[in-house]
Amino acid sequence: MTASAESSSDAARVVLSADDVRRAITRIAHEIVERNHGPASLVLVGLQRGGVWMAEALAEVLAGIDPANPVPVGTLDVSFHRDDVGLRPIVPGSVTDIPVPLDGRTVVLTDDVLFTGRTVRAALEALNDYGRPRAVQLAVMVDRGHRELPIRPDFVGKNLPTSRDEQVAATREGVVIR
Amino acid sequence: MKHLLSISDLTPDQIHHLLELTDHMVEVSSRPIPKVPALRGKNVVSLFFEDSTRTRTSFDTAAKRLSADTMNFAVSSSSVNKGESLRDTIETISAMGVDAFVVRHKSSGAPQMITRWTNASIINAGDGWHQHPTQALLDCYTIRTGLNRRDGFDGLRIAIVGDIKHSRVARSDVQAFAALGAHVTLVAPPTLLPPSIDDWPVDVSHELDPLLPHLDVLYLLRVQRERMDDALLPSLHEYSTMYGLTAARSARLAPHALVMHPGPMNRGVEMVVDPSELPGSVILNQVANGVAVRMAVLFWLLGEGSDLTRSEIAS
Amino acid sequence: MTRLLITGGTLLDQHGERPGAVAVVDGRISEVAASIEPGDGDDVLDATGCIVSPGFVDLHVHLREPGKEEAETIETGSRAAALGGFTAVVAMPNTDPAHDSVSVVQFVRAQGEAAGLCEVLPSGCITVGRAGEQLAPYGELAAAGVHLFTDDGNGVQDPLLMRHALEYAGPLGVVLAQHCEVAALTKGAVMHEGACCSTLGLPGWPSIAEELMVFRDIELVRLTGVPMHFLHLSTARSVQLVRQAKADGLPITAEAAPHHFTLTDEMLTGYDPLFKVNPPLRTRADIDAIKAGLVDGTIDAIATDHAPHAPHTKEEPLDQAPPGMLGLETALALAITELDMPLAAIVAALSWQPAAIAGVADRHGRPIEVGEPANLTVFDPSLEWSVVPAQFASKSRNSPYGGRTVTGKVRHTVFRGTAVVRDGAATR
Repeated sequence: MTASAESSSDAARVVLSADDVRRAITRIAHEIVERNHGPASLVLVGLQRGGVWMAEALAEVLAGIDPANPVPVGTLDVSFHRDDVGLRPIVPGSVTDIPVPLDGRTVVLTDDVLFTGRTVRAALEALNDYGRPRAVQLAVMVDRGHRELPIRPDFVGKNLPTSRDEQVAATREGVVIR
Repeated sequence: MKHLLSISDLTPDQIHHLLELTDHMVEVSSRPIPKVPALRGKNVVSLFFEDSTRTRTSFDTAAKRLSADTMNFAVSSSSVNKGESLRDTIETISAMGVDAFVVRHKSSGAPQMITRWTNASIINAGDGWHQHPTQALLDCYTIRTGLNRRDGFDGLRIAIVGDIKHSRVARSDVQAFAALGAHVTLVAPPTLLPPSIDDWPVDVSHELDPLLPHLDVLYLLRVQRERMDDALLPSLHEYSTMYGLTAARSARLAPHALVMHPGPMNRGVEMVVDPSELPGSVILNQVANGVAVRMAVLFWLLGEGSDLTRSEIAS
Repeated sequence: MTRLLITGGTLLDQHGERPGAVAVVDGRISEVAASIEPGDGDDVLDATGCIVSPGFVDLHVHLREPGKEEAETIETGSRAAALGGFTAVVAMPNTDPAHDSVSVVQFVRAQGEAAGLCEVLPSGCITVGRAGEQLAPYGELAAAGVHLFTDDGNGVQDPLLMRHALEYAGPLGVVLAQHCEVAALTKGAVMHEGACCSTLGLPGWPSIAEELMVFRDIELVRLTGVPMHFLHLSTARSVQLVRQAKADGLPITAEAAPHHFTLTDEMLTGYDPLFKVNPPLRTRADIDAIKAGLVDGTIDAIATDHAPHAPHTKEEPLDQAPPGMLGLETALALAITELDMPLAAIVAALSWQPAAIAGVADRHGRPIEVGEPANLTVFDPSLEWSVVPAQFASKSRNSPYGGRTVTGKVRHTVFRGTAVVRDGAATR
């Protein structure tokens, strides 16, 4: 942890409550349906590990919108595709699981926080190994800025200006900055 | 961790971690395109002073699935035959830029010796009678998946049968199985046991038959013909009679019990029954898991946490 | 003639310990007194805080010349000996060619004289080429001054041949020295057979391979009555066998090497060939037995088994690297550091006891008395120093003691009346 992060104290600031997060998920789910003219041929892929809950939460809402067309949910571990291999350990159990062939489908990648964009870049590369989706879209709960690559989200829960040293956590229970 | 020389270098937690990492590598291997860029730009050199096509190929495949560059030096094609010393061989190849050497040598301890002369990671792919750590890890992974024992081997009863004395597989497996909590029994005539193993975490038996119904894993070792020359065995036929896996013996195994062998098998000696007719045989799973385990080891040493390794080198 | 004076020290020989000074003229001791006042032109060696003893005699060194001059020469080995306080060394016969002819032993002796740092005593082979098949010409070699015969590096395997060797050598008044190793039991052996070798996956060198030959040769001595010396005993049972044989009155002597009372087989855990030696490093219990054997006199001599090897050969894997380690320049310090023995007993095992076995008791290991040959060692028994193999005079560096702090160091060595070592440095 850097000195400036410490000086800003351990005080956590709640940016979104659990209810706010639930409402944002509902909104994003509707935006996804609207953009793609219905949930058919969609597949949600949560990035290990922070994006998995979001994919599951979106799938729950989508199932309510169109019970006849449940959207498959997958997970993607991008550890082996990162450009910073070695900087973080592999998390046990966070294995990739792509339940359906991706050829011709629209993949909605989900992640909790969009920061530098490097994880998403790795994810786009990893997806290549599973086939050729018709399109890939990106849904994130928080876009905190500081992009280092030309990557832009399609669906955003909240745009949140941050300093580089701050840490942002986004879960079903809310969004917290510290 | 910089090198993998011996199972005894690993804590039980590290063994568990490598097995969990292997889960990821099994998934990678099952992808339509089983290749990830994790070790792009890393140079992995196989240095086999003793021939072993299967182990070398397994490591080579593992390195390529992680996008590492690979080079192979077989003793027959290297300058070792021209009288170049081990040190000169290592220093010369190291100078080309090497991140890891995968070393197979007929002398126990040679991989450890090599660590003196290079900054690269050394992965022991089998040294003399001493160690073959990736074999032990793939054996653990095979048991872990075959018996669904993700949390460890507490209470498992494993018998390792055969030429323990001359076996690096046995030395590695004993340490790994025991570290994960298994109860290991070595089964062999006294002449095929190491001279002094009182401090090993094992029981010893000279009879196989009484153990059979109680085993979760029957691990057979290769028995080599040259053992008769040193009067260690009367005949392979007698060995087979006393310790070989026959149809009658396999019928006495518990239904869930696994039968394992590091290969290559001596049909008609330790393996009298056709292993393809053994319901518990996971011998081919061992081979398949070998690639994933070696991917895990390479990634662990060269990828995950390797910046730590680099700072260790720098300091 | 300049007079050499050794002043300020404590004299220690077979007659005891007393403060004193020694004057040397023309290679012989000219005066011994409580103190001697230096005169003009006297060459003074300061021995303050030091022991002045008869020169040491090493029954067991490998000087590698002829044949392996890249590892050691008679000159470099002699210099290492002098720095270790030795005024005579017995050169083992496993050179190329071996010491099985008069011409080779004359060459070795001449090279020793040319170096002039200590007396180099060539041993002779028991069998031609140390091959264990045909007796070496003991008569010719004895006439050329050889006293100790051995096939060191190999044990004489054939009991019939060994019996005949003893019977034939008996009337010549020489001594046969055995490297005790039943080769059939040590095929491919790398280290002591025990728990360590089992874990390390290395072929074991069992204690019984030594003890069987010790036992056989004791019985051959009993049969023939011809004296015999046992080289580098390494096991507890060997010591016990020799102890019993001596109690039976048999003409048997024995030596032990410093590493066999200092290092255990656990040192091999790192697969470092510096710790590979033959016979191998053994267990703590064996070390204790060797020490007890030195204390009670079962073992007569500390002999180094100084075995230089060129650096690249000790960079081979453990099973391929040659056995052996340097010993000359660390023997005294290891004896003082490791052995719980009075200094007088340590000096006895380094000086007059081996001198008698080597057949040089007329000129080495003599009491410090007027008229005796001036072969003397002056050492500081309490000086602590750190072993740095790179600073050794030996041409090789294969000492396992690098970095170890030890106590006791040779300060001056006087050989035939000349200070060949002065203040810890060789003068020639």
